[in-house]
Amino acid sequence: MSDAQSIAPSKQLSSKGEIKVWLTATGLNVGLFMIAGLLLLITWNGLSVFWPKSVTEFTLTNSKNAKPEKIAGIITKKQTRRSAATGQAIEEIQIFTGNRDAYGLAFRFLDQTSIASEEYPQNLLIAERSEYGKALFYPVRLELNTTQSLPATDPKFLSELNRLVREGNARREEISELETDEIGAINFRINKLDIRLRKTELTSDDRSRLEQEMVSLRSEYSQLATRSTALRDRQKLEKLVYSLSSGEERTQPVADIIQFYSPNQLTFGGRLQIFAKNVIAFLTDEPREANTEGGIFPAIFGTFVMTLLMAALVTPLGIIAAIYLHEYAKPGLMLQAIRICVNNLAGVPSIVFGVFGLGFFVYGVGGFMDRGPSTPLPERWWYLAGISAIVTLVGALLLSFNKTSGPTSKTRNLISNTLWLSATLLTLLTIAKCPYFHGFFHESLPSPTFGTGGILWASITLSLMTLPVVIVATEEALSAVPRGVREAALACGASKWQMIQRIALPGALPGVMTGIILAMARGAGEVAPLMITGVVKLAPSLPIDGIAPFIHAERKFMHLGFHIFDLGFQSPDSEAAKPMVFATTLLLIFLVVVLNLTAIQIRSHLRRRLQASAF
Amino acid sequence: MPQLPVSLQNKAHPFIEVDHFDFWYGPKQVLHDIDLAFPEKHITALIGPSGCGKTTLLRNLNRMNDLVDGISHRGDIRLDGTSLYDPKVEVISLRKRVGMVFQKYNPFPKSIYENVIFSLRVAGRNNRAQLNEVVEQSLRQAALWDEVKDKLHQSAFGLSGGQQQRLCIARAIANRPQVLLMDEPCAALDPIATLKIEELMTQLKEEFTIVIVTHNMEQARRVADLTAFFYLGKLIEYGETIPLFSNPAEVQTEAYISGRFS
Repeated sequence: MSDAQSIAPSKQLSSKGEIKVWLTATGLNVGLFMIAGLLLLITWNGLSVFWPKSVTEFTLTNSKNAKPEKIAGIITKKQTRRSAATGQAIEEIQIFTGNRDAYGLAFRFLDQTSIASEEYPQNLLIAERSEYGKALFYPVRLELNTTQSLPATDPKFLSELNRLVREGNARREEISELETDEIGAINFRINKLDIRLRKTELTSDDRSRLEQEMVSLRSEYSQLATRSTALRDRQKLEKLVYSLSSGEERTQPVADIIQFYSPNQLTFGGRLQIFAKNVIAFLTDEPREANTEGGIFPAIFGTFVMTLLMAALVTPLGIIAAIYLHEYAKPGLMLQAIRICVNNLAGVPSIVFGVFGLGFFVYGVGGFMDRGPSTPLPERWWYLAGISAIVTLVGALLLSFNKTSGPTSKTRNLISNTLWLSATLLTLLTIAKCPYFHGFFHESLPSPTFGTGGILWASITLSLMTLPVVIVATEEALSAVPRGVREAALACGASKWQMIQRIALPGALPGVMTGIILAMARGAGEVAPLMITGVVKLAPSLPIDGIAPFIHAERKFMHLGFHIFDLGFQSPDSEAAKPMVFATTLLLIFLVVVLNLTAIQIRSHLRRRLQASAF
Repeated sequence: MPQLPVSLQNKAHPFIEVDHFDFWYGPKQVLHDIDLAFPEKHITALIGPSGCGKTTLLRNLNRMNDLVDGISHRGDIRLDGTSLYDPKVEVISLRKRVGMVFQKYNPFPKSIYENVIFSLRVAGRNNRAQLNEVVEQSLRQAALWDEVKDKLHQSAFGLSGGQQQRLCIARAIANRPQVLLMDEPCAALDPIATLKIEELMTQLKEEFTIVIVTHNMEQARRVADLTAFFYLGKLIEYGETIPLFSNPAEVQTEAYISGRFS
């Protein structure tokens, strides 16, 4: 018995497995803790935005003034600051005072030492308004018209206020419907008519008919405009007079109040109700007050549409590219180089894709669609290019269809490749330099239609950015399809394309879905390339709506990721925007998770269909 | 001109003729001057140690080797008188005449029904009644019909290994090929499943010319009418199975069938 064969425990530390388990687990744990922390922070801050909090009224001691100052607010932060003069630590609190129209700012810092007393006034109300954000106030009276008024002490006061607010909301909705839908539709038609009128080749007969139509449209427009003005005037009829903590009295049209509640009288159930209402409003409303108030529906919708459009563009492109790379391309140095390039493309900074999208898609392709080629070929040359394009294309097609499946000679391959390449280039040249094409939207120039950022260009740019992910995933999935199954298909008399289409691709679909999931996750959260290819901070209309042709691919849109950037760093009142940043972030993460879960669901469904039962 | 073994020359029609055939993978020659004919509606077994070229020859009979890069050949293979390498021959239509069953059963990730009619689907035949008929006939011929007739539209992966291999046979014969190539069809199966496939083969030879590659000498003895012994890329001996096994003419054949090397 030699020593080497002894079964005594080894003295060497690294041969004991348990220690390395701890080491590897630590790596995972660090990541998990960070992600969990991030999610918790965002969830807590994002959800607490909607929770109605109690309002404290502070009485401040003021040495210079005999009369003590009173101010009401919601405590948002407690912190210590070092006094510049004495170097002593001073405790201070930040409160949300609302009433931006009265105070100028919605937030204020108070030194703990200056607070004489705190109380929770029961009759204080919080109102959310369509302008100037929230108001914290004591109601004084309702002015129903120029003569009648109802004091706040009246028992009917709150129910009356409630009724008026509800009426005001209904009217506001009516105004918005009138202005965006009906007047919007008429504007759309007037613009179209205007463009047709600007076309000079119309006969005078046509012209007078169009002008008549224009007159009738304009009168319809002015009728609607009168209705909307009347409604707007009606909104100003009832007024609410209220006083602030300081005693100052202010007047406010009741119809501008969206909702109100008494924060210090709420039960838990009441708070929950307001919380739910706030969440729903956040999800379905349009933004107000430079995006710091109201909802973010257009941004949710924009992100959703953009991501789906991107996925719809990147999927077919990525799959066919991967099929060529994996099934048809001859292995060799060239293929290796292309693979490396595709992989590296995934690492190119997204802003670079954005700049490319702006230069190529927006100004190049979009500009071409708007106004035709900027430097068209002389007619004679254009005909020459067109005819040679057709000739080379026909030649290339003939060569390809005649190809037998056996090995082909090198010269034939060379000729075929040259023909294909020149056919492609000549066709592109013929289209891009056509002297007879003056753009689809020539009439509306100089204002661009497709020659400016829009949801189509943003989606195409992002699909280009996520293309490598889909290609790599599809290639991997294709190589995982067993060789035996491929051979069986060929042995059954399938052509190579039939084998790919019926056997290889369906087998690779779950892997392709993984690629799409990754691409969507990356694309949905991307901001930088969007900023220059079509995102705006406030879009007047959605990219899909009820006005024909329903999908407006040229429109600018709002995006959650950009919304976060805009709120957090571009907002005039960043303190007021901060809670919205958290809420929007939470929503963006939620949206990405939902999109991914849907794709994962589809993938597992595909997998189940492919492998009905294991054996 | 390749010849059938003398004893069969007047009894059977030489359906496949391999005429002084040499074959290379890149620079490596794997078949040396193979010259033999397979009789119509008989089972011919190709035996020999690993790497002797029997599978390569089999895969040349339906030009499956075309998928490999850098192959070259000399000589000719004729199917019922037509050269496989005639420029007018399309590989796809050739493979419709020559079905193939593989070593590892490889049903498609589809239903049993779709598996059987795959070759008809790719040929563009979609007549429902016709397809139903083909499915039943092929599955019956593959002795699988009674086991699967109630679950035709379930996944083929739900079947046992032996059933899957019989499904692959049904798939290979669905569009009525003339030749059936079998590349060690029982290598992945247990003895009982193997026995079923062997019984099946003796029935199938009524209609098809069968060429089978096998490592199992007992199997060759049991099912094959003729046996060809290959060694190092050369055809050593070819003849009717029973005389070849009982009284081999060559020393190498005798050494191999008596198990002295494999």
